[in-house]
Amino acid sequence: MNSKRRTLLKGSLAAGAVGVAVSAGLLAPRTVLAAWPKSAFSAKGVDASLSELYGSGDASSSKSIKLKAPDIAENGAVVPVTVSSSIANAESISIFVAKNPQPLTSSYALGSGTEAYVATRIKMGKTSDVVAVVKAGGKLYSAQKEVKVTIGGCGG
Amino acid sequence: MAKSIKVRASNKKGLTTVKALMSHPMKVEKKDKKTGKVTPAHFIQTVTCEHNGKAVLTAEWGAAISANPYLSFKFNGAKVGDSLKISWVDNKGENASVDAKIK
Repeated sequence: MNSKRRTLLKGSLAAGAVGVAVSAGLLAPRTVLAAWPKSAFSAKGVDASLSELYGSGDASSSKSIKLKAPDIAENGAVVPVTVSSSIANAESISIFVAKNPQPLTSSYALGSGTEAYVATRIKMGKTSDVVAVVKAGGKLYSAQKEVKVTIGGCGG
Repeated sequence: MAKSIKVRASNKKGLTTVKALMSHPMKVEKKDKKTGKVTPAHFIQTVTCEHNGKAVLTAEWGAAISANPYLSFKFNGAKVGDSLKISWVDNKGENASVDAKIK
């Protein structure tokens, strides 16, 4: 039993789980096709990453998105970020750090009854704008806030 | 590596607030300046949260999420006592899942 075979087994198991979810109609087709949007995560620059993720890089600035993040983060390895929005029918939320080598930190697909609210902790390499993008009704809305970082979290 | 997920889900007037803490190293690909040795990235890629078998939140993460990730979200339509399933898969194919009761 070699290691390649183990990986293959694990891979096929994961694929099986996704298959079950699809047949039960749980996942939106987009989520299924792009199992994990590698190109969006490896893209450089917020706009490039946005287009890879949503197919469009145009996000209009909106005051209906609340982006909560500290003004100064002492430790860039752990920066608490909360995104909430009052935009109706939000489908997806994503969080970017403009000056990280790979700006996209995370993307969240919301179910029908899920509030447009996500809180998590992200890593920041250096002082940068944190950008939150909300997708609702096929349009993109964004909000941003600068967070000053005293110790970067991407080098170690 | 301990594969555990801690979940707290509380229901208030129909709105369920979920807070989850996962234990995972969440490593970024790193190259040692002296030896040139590359430590591969190791991070959670997908987190799925299901309520009664229906996906309420699917998170896709990159390596820029902090170690031992924290995730919180809110959703409608659940009752006290309902079960909530949270599971993750990382880029090495490792995975974990947990079932929690909504309180």
